Amino acid sequence: MKAGIVRFPGSNCDADVYRAVVEGVGQRATYLWHKSRDLRGVDVVVLPGGFSYGDYLRPGAIARFSPIMREVTAFARAGGLTLGICNGFQVLCEARLLPGALVRNRGLRFRCHPAWLRVENAGTPFTTAYSKGQLLKVPIAHGDGRFVAKSSVLDALESEGRVAFRYADAGGEAPDAANPNGSARNIAGILNREGNILGMMPHPERHSLAVLGNTDGLGVFQSLLSATLPGDGGNLSATLSGDGGKLSAALPGDGGNRPGPLAVEMPGSPAAGRSGPPGAEREDAAWIP
Amino acid sequence: MTGSGLADPRPEDGAAAATDCPPTHANSERAVPRSGDPAIVPALVAEHGLAPGEWEKILEIMGREPTFAELGVFSAMWSEHCGYKHSRPLIGAFPKEGPAVVQGPGENAGVIDAGDGWGIAFKIESHNHPSAVEPYQGAATGSGGILRDVFTMGARPIAILDSLHFGSLDSPQSKYLFDGVVRGVGDYGNCVGVPTVGGETVFDPAYEKNPIVNVMCIGVLPLDRLVLGEAGGVGNPVMAVGARTGRDGIHGATFASEELDEEGAGSRPRVQVGDPFSEKLLLEASLELAERKLLAGIQDMGAAGLTSSGVEMAARSGTGIDIDVARLPVREEGMTPYEMLLSESQERMLLVAKPGCQGAVEEVLGRWDLQAATIGSVTDDGMFRVRESGQVRVEIPVAPLVDGCPTYVREAIEGRDAVEAREANLAPYGSFAPGSGAEGALRALLDAPSIASRRWVYEQYDTTVRTNTLAGPGSDAAVLRLPVGRRALAAATDGNGRYCYLDPERGGRAAVAEAARNVACCGARPLAVTNCLNFGSPLRPDVYYQLARAVKGIGDACRALRTPVTGGNVSLYNESGGKTIYPTPVIGMVGVLDDLDRRVPSAFRAEGDEIWVAGVSRDEIGGSEYLAACHGRVAGRPPAVDLEAAAALVDLLVAAAGDGLLRSAHDCSEGGLAMALVEAAIGAAGGAAGFAADLDSAPADTGISPAALWYGESHSRAVLTCPPGGGSRLREVAGGFGVPVARVGTVGAAGESCRISGSGHVIGPDARELARIFEQAIPRRMRDEPGAWDRTSRSEEADIS
Repeated sequence: MKAGIVRFPGSNCDADVYRAVVEGVGQRATYLWHKSRDLRGVDVVVLPGGFSYGDYLRPGAIARFSPIMREVTAFARAGGLTLGICNGFQVLCEARLLPGALVRNRGLRFRCHPAWLRVENAGTPFTTAYSKGQLLKVPIAHGDGRFVAKSSVLDALESEGRVAFRYADAGGEAPDAANPNGSARNIAGILNREGNILGMMPHPERHSLAVLGNTDGLGVFQSLLSATLPGDGGNLSATLSGDGGKLSAALPGDGGNRPGPLAVEMPGSPAAGRSGPPGAEREDAAWIP
Repeated sequence: MTGSGLADPRPEDGAAAATDCPPTHANSERAVPRSGDPAIVPALVAEHGLAPGEWEKILEIMGREPTFAELGVFSAMWSEHCGYKHSRPLIGAFPKEGPAVVQGPGENAGVIDAGDGWGIAFKIESHNHPSAVEPYQGAATGSGGILRDVFTMGARPIAILDSLHFGSLDSPQSKYLFDGVVRGVGDYGNCVGVPTVGGETVFDPAYEKNPIVNVMCIGVLPLDRLVLGEAGGVGNPVMAVGARTGRDGIHGATFASEELDEEGAGSRPRVQVGDPFSEKLLLEASLELAERKLLAGIQDMGAAGLTSSGVEMAARSGTGIDIDVARLPVREEGMTPYEMLLSESQERMLLVAKPGCQGAVEEVLGRWDLQAATIGSVTDDGMFRVRESGQVRVEIPVAPLVDGCPTYVREAIEGRDAVEAREANLAPYGSFAPGSGAEGALRALLDAPSIASRRWVYEQYDTTVRTNTLAGPGSDAAVLRLPVGRRALAAATDGNGRYCYLDPERGGRAAVAEAARNVACCGARPLAVTNCLNFGSPLRPDVYYQLARAVKGIGDACRALRTPVTGGNVSLYNESGGKTIYPTPVIGMVGVLDDLDRRVPSAFRAEGDEIWVAGVSRDEIGGSEYLAACHGRVAGRPPAVDLEAAAALVDLLVAAAGDGLLRSAHDCSEGGLAMALVEAAIGAAGGAAGFAADLDSAPADTGISPAALWYGESHSRAVLTCPPGGGSRLREVAGGFGVPVARVGTVGAAGESCRISGSGHVIGPDARELARIFEQAIPRRMRDEPGAWDRTSRSEEADIS
């Protein structure tokens, strides 16, 4: 799998996604510069968290118009796997690739803490590594994470299995008290109708490395890996089955025939000394973890 | 391009700009006043904060009367903020050398060696005055400034810590300041994408109108990319980068060096407005410039803006600098050289490109949509020369501008109020009221905002971005992984104004000792210190006494703990309405842990673990939170800091962690032994855990009073746990370091009672109930019950498609 991580000015979780892909699931990742029109042949596009364009006007409202987003939109509309995390989710909504909007948290404060998420649909290309109803502990960190949409849209999201994650409590219930930002129906992540675009406010990439003591978020990247393995492509356009049924092509969990970690030179190693030609888009990474 | 009076934000190409640069060698033209400049009269000089003696020195240096712009330059460079005129004679005694030190004081930030070619850059800075006037922007721009100090060294910022001191949370003004400052620190770091991972928040009426807002930033860098704030290489282009220059913050450095006026509102235009988005672009571009080794030097245009950055860079490299302000990208028309030189518009930097690299620098900046304007060049004549469309307006020799500022050693007399408070008779407070006295005190302390959970604060901070955070807020020290093998860094900020008020030398020692202890509790070896000295007006003999004694205490403690000072900041004149804050030196301590798997958490881990106490409890309740929270007194002699014992405990903690002996380690400080036990229990991973502990078993002086045993704040103590049966090895290791240890009890299960006995008192409150008090203390005062802010409006299904 080759993941393309879009770097908008103000993106700040780009390196974290990079590490989740490269260190977490041993796959390749490349950055996609916002001024570029080239997706570099990636299998998956990730719009990372941060404050693209300073969140000025509205979070995601300006990023939507950047050159790379034309390509991302075309990629996503053609069924390409597209993941928007936090600010990336906001960008996807602004770009009308996902319904609804993310508005100011109801407490009017930025909130950052680990949140319990309940997996609502384990049959999407982003969630096959999980089981339905599974509880994940994944950090949230946002000031504008309150998902809102028309009732009819919410009903459609529910009935079409397009709610991927819901904020829950430690017991797996989803009461209002477990809702950190006032999102409608405790919704933490949603899919488009075709199931190839996921937007979520919590940060799975922050819980993807064993060294940090929690890998509950890694499943998102493992699922993407499974979905991009040869022979599975046809399932990407599969319509989601109603209530969280699994995509038929879900691979056996860990230990399948997944490629081993690539020998990737880690960004930030002083020995790397890499500095591309002037003006080159820096494919590797922000230079330090 | 020149002569228009309007700067061109970007020269068309490098060659054109180069031919357009001012000449490398000085011509003999003299600085000429600008038409419309005010006459230089004594009142104007005084308005610029320059004392008569300083004015004479200026005349001597210049050999003539300075222009208005030159007066402004002197005023900024000789302000307390830039010139350290009262603190320099004192802080010269800090230890600055050590095996780990790569870059000591005098640069944008200090740097220590983390091994394998990597360095840690770190510094702390104050933004007290701006935060008092406009808390949100004051705190935000404080964060912005310290971030720039770190990334201009070529280091990627990976963590922010703060040290915040406010008045009582019963006061509406303190709540307003507290709320604004927390939002300001949070929003800035959150947007730039640097986690705020630790710090301290303290409340005391002494900070009512003059809060303390100190922010520390830590970055990491491959040492071969270290960039300094130098203007090296005669003829090299000097470039202004980042935001345009406006009229905001003019004379901020001078403002920071005065007392606040009654309301401070008149000063609001001197507070700057931050733009963390621009900062993020500057950060990434600067690191790219450092990585590609395009820079001869770079410095933040922070306090005193273009003036201090230009002058200091030239001073460090022994060169001169010749710039034309007409080329400076500006935000508004008609700005005078005076204004452009003293503006503190945020998110700007001054850099000197290496020969032939100007084009590459512009290209990197352009990629990040940043403005770069070549405004002059490095010269060899040692002059700070500023032109306006070619006409010289400022011409001052750099060396005396930086070093010639008169320094002052003032009269130091301890204030009578402090003496009286210290000598107060505390005997009546040594024992508890019969009945529920011991437990009542515990509940009162848990409800004291200075001890209670800071969750309300740190949940507004992004604590986990960049995926390095191994231990964040709530831990004794923040622990972050380093990009070096299995290494991690640990960092803490500490300062105790009450101790310093009552005995400044002990207070200075205590800040260092506690910070070191916090870092060591996590298993890391404390390596170096940055400090922020927050004091009142040094013109007052009692304040100068505090400053002198506290600095001595810090220096002695740093020597004993082998943690040299690599930099810092001095914030004086922290007074309002004739009321001085407590003298509050804040220490930012950084340490390194070789194996991150050996890090030690602060809270209890498992039922059945043995609880041990290291260090001796003495009959000390002076300056304690117990006296303040339970009896409303700030009095008595604060606890002594035996530096040998402090160093021995640090050594023990590091060794025991390295040997894997410890399940947890928690520093014993505010609230004493009983509070350290309860905090470790409340924070237990599986939810608040019970425990049983007998304080009478802990190492203690004979005849210690009950209050001192339970809530006294003797130094060099920690609450440790080890697996069942592991205590004998711990005792052996502790013996080797000469640290008395004793087992006091056993960790219980989640939700059990916290059974504490000692001095004839026995209590057994429910762990979860104590946790509730601890968690609600701040939210209830901020009218935000925990969780309630989520329910101020029900989730709705708004009519948005």
